[in-house]
Amino acid sequence: MDFPILSSLILLPLIGALFIFFVKSSSGKYQASKYIALFIAIANFILSIYLWYLFDKDSTKFQFVENREWLLGFVNYKVGIDGISILFIILTTFITSICIILVNSTIKKKLKDFLIAILVMETFMIGVFCSLDLLVFYLFFEAGLIPMFLIIGIWGGKRRVYSAFKFFLYTLLGSVLMLVAIISIYWITGTTDVEKLYEIGIDTKYQNLLWLAFFSSFAVKTPMWPVHTWLPDAHVEAPTAGSVLLAAILLKMAGYGFIRFSLGLFPIASEYFVPLVYFLSLVAIIYTSLVALMQEDMKKLIAYSSVAHMGFVTLGIFTMTQQGIEGSIFQMISHGLVSAALFICVGVVYERHHTRLIDRYGGLVQIMPKYAIVFMVFTLGSLGLPGTSGFVGEFLILMGAFKKSFLVATIASLGVILGAAYMLWLYKRIIFGEIIDSQLKSMTDLKRFEILILFSLVIPIIYFGFYPEPLINSMETSIDNLLNTYDTKIKTNLVYKN
Amino acid sequence: MENLNLILPEIFISLAIMLFLIIGVFKKKSSSLIYNLTIVSLLILLAIVFNLSSITETSLFNKSYKIDNLSNFMKIIMIVSGIFVMLASSKYLQINKIDKIEYPILILSAILGMMVMISSNDLIVFYMGLELQSLALYVLASFNRDNLLSTESGLKYFILSALSSGLLLYGCSLIYGFTETTNFNEIFINSGQAEYGLTFGIVFVLVGLAFKISAVPFHMWAPDVYQGSPTSVTIFFTILPKIAALTVFIRFLYVPFANMIDQWQMIIIFISIASMVFGAVAAIGQTNLKRLVAYSSIGHMGYALAGLSVGTNQGIQSSINYITIYLVMNLAFFSCLFMLKREEKYFEKIEDLSGLSKNHPLLAFSMMVILFSLAGIPPLAGFFAKFYIFMAVIERSMYFLAVVGLLSTVLAAFYYLRIIKIIYFDPEKEMYEKKHPAGLKLTLILSTIFITAYFIYPSGLTEIISKINII
Repeated sequence: MDFPILSSLILLPLIGALFIFFVKSSSGKYQASKYIALFIAIANFILSIYLWYLFDKDSTKFQFVENREWLLGFVNYKVGIDGISILFIILTTFITSICIILVNSTIKKKLKDFLIAILVMETFMIGVFCSLDLLVFYLFFEAGLIPMFLIIGIWGGKRRVYSAFKFFLYTLLGSVLMLVAIISIYWITGTTDVEKLYEIGIDTKYQNLLWLAFFSSFAVKTPMWPVHTWLPDAHVEAPTAGSVLLAAILLKMAGYGFIRFSLGLFPIASEYFVPLVYFLSLVAIIYTSLVALMQEDMKKLIAYSSVAHMGFVTLGIFTMTQQGIEGSIFQMISHGLVSAALFICVGVVYERHHTRLIDRYGGLVQIMPKYAIVFMVFTLGSLGLPGTSGFVGEFLILMGAFKKSFLVATIASLGVILGAAYMLWLYKRIIFGEIIDSQLKSMTDLKRFEILILFSLVIPIIYFGFYPEPLINSMETSIDNLLNTYDTKIKTNLVYKN
Repeated sequence: MENLNLILPEIFISLAIMLFLIIGVFKKKSSSLIYNLTIVSLLILLAIVFNLSSITETSLFNKSYKIDNLSNFMKIIMIVSGIFVMLASSKYLQINKIDKIEYPILILSAILGMMVMISSNDLIVFYMGLELQSLALYVLASFNRDNLLSTESGLKYFILSALSSGLLLYGCSLIYGFTETTNFNEIFINSGQAEYGLTFGIVFVLVGLAFKISAVPFHMWAPDVYQGSPTSVTIFFTILPKIAALTVFIRFLYVPFANMIDQWQMIIIFISIASMVFGAVAAIGQTNLKRLVAYSSIGHMGYALAGLSVGTNQGIQSSINYITIYLVMNLAFFSCLFMLKREEKYFEKIEDLSGLSKNHPLLAFSMMVILFSLAGIPPLAGFFAKFYIFMAVIERSMYFLAVVGLLSTVLAAFYYLRIIKIIYFDPEKEMYEKKHPAGLKLTLILSTIFITAYFIYPSGLTEIISKINII
């Protein structure tokens, strides 16, 4: 048998976490554990890049599949990737490495535990994107709650307990219904293996209910309006590295779930519920953009902008067009990079000035010119200026939407304008204008490792903005395949009905 | 005579009880000797039961006593947990000055009673085992006789338990009256042309049994008794009698009344839903950890009963799996409680856990794992326990039960999270003692490893359990 590269990707961080757990740390000195964590994260990143290199872009099948007996009799441990999941895996390993470098400045206490939590989280996140069995997916999806709960609760801000509870209970409530659905699928079809389920399909009469059960879980996680309220709280209270993980990767699990499971397993129900998703997405885009305009807290503003961006993503996925889905995936990757970068930017000024309130800042361009430049890039990336990765995603999604419905696309386009409004206004208030507080003058410009982190985020944002080909190339065949099976299923169902 | 060979475990343990009584009378200050001898005798007992476990199905004494896969498995997990309970609680007894010779002997008699219950295939044998067990437990509950709460809990347990035994006996007599026999297999044969009266009999017996496993609405005694009894007895209460009562539940429902599933299924479903919801809601306001465990165990029994209500072998196996994982989690949780000791005093309030992670990172970590597992969050063992239950429930399309059960896990998650919050997010208190007896450490380490590593090879346990086929 071949080298189990996916399992090693999943297990490597876990082994690293165990290793750190047993490393003796004399009080105050955590250097050793930090270097171990960094080493593991970067090794995993390199491994995932190598995986991308090995990956065959023209194949419609799942690759690197591993299938082992696990729960005797019904569930196998099955992992494998296609052109969609590979991108998310690389995003995960990349962002985790950045989070660990970030730890340098932001985490003051229990550093060792924090590193363990981040590495365990990485294991679960990669697991979500690789798993080809519904139960294995559920396991990783849910298990991620534990480290995230601790990250928000232990290292968070003032209202961390409230936020951590809200995050945990909201998500758990959403996903228990998914468990019922998964078990029902097992009893209806006799398997939870995704590949097999793609082939045999699920009886039409069950699809609507099952779709709703999955939707309840993904909608909370995305988050879609009106169950998005946990996100601003969680973001505001989480430490910077936690916010980065949350925005960049956790939210993408749901988008990935929509594509892989809702569209793949329940095509007929997906078609049926398209208006619902359109409606919720449009409300999310317009309403949360307006809410974002009114925010006084920078992190909250970015959190609401995340909800709006994820609204675009769900809209794009349910256009069921090549452009729409490509755009959604692109938007998710791009949002992963941009929102991570924005949260890091907020973290940078928060550390120096200890507040996140927008009106306590002003005129930073005079004190921190380097910061002003990178922040500009990310702001433009967030609002989707051509030449940044944000543009490609939004453009493709709107193209897909125009194909399906002119009205929906027009309303969604309004969201783009609103997005530009709140981001530019935020930028204007923080960076330009007078220096309103004498304390601001003592702020120092970016340190070397901050420049390193932010630049490593600037490069892909601009690179993919000008040259989106590598990403599009990698996912094209898989999406094509997905949509083909989707269309045939819809058509056969129509024939069957008539 | 070959029958005697098969009940060697019961004979051995009875002889051991008498021997220890004699030693206790004639030798002064022999309490710790007897305590250790009890552990040794439990180990020997375990070996004997293991030796018998190759026998698949035999009935003894006019079919009133049964040795089969179910009884063997339940006896084994019961004895194993009995050994760990004894190992974990030795220090507690010494510090609270209740390390008398009667204590281990009473535990042994309770175990003997439970073994009889587990193997019983006849109403009279079953009742005999039940009473032997209960009498020992009444005394154990009030063992710390200088403590007001302990004596109160013993008395409360005695009165309520006597009441439920009365109901149970009345039910037995009704069943006997309508089927002319007390033997489970013969009841099955005679129940064909039974009248409505038989259903009343079943209901009364179920009430008595539900009382023993503290299922709602017969749970009132549990919080007070669990809180008042010495912790070493509470841990015993939360584990061993539940194993025995659950076995009787399985046998009573699926051997004599397998055909009357329509009559009793709704009752079990109701008890199950009520226990799950009530256990989750009532635990939220608690401040005493032992009381909280009482409510949480009510909830957990609800899940175990949900598996029983299904009426398939999968359902029964899933509840057996549930109770096995539940007992490991409880053992682990109480081991943590035994570690909260400072200057010869044990702590059992939730606030006492405040900021535990600062001074005792390892203890806090295992506590967190245990609590997440109790809440049923993957990938810990508690999730798989619930998963198998819901697997069986949904197979029979009992969606209502499944959805209510899963929603109450969310409710229950709240109070488990609250404890984790207190351990991890709150400011620390004074340090607890760091030296613990080896037996206690062993119990905690083994059970925590079981909980965390269960997901690597979950089939190990289910494979053994899948041999238990009742229907």
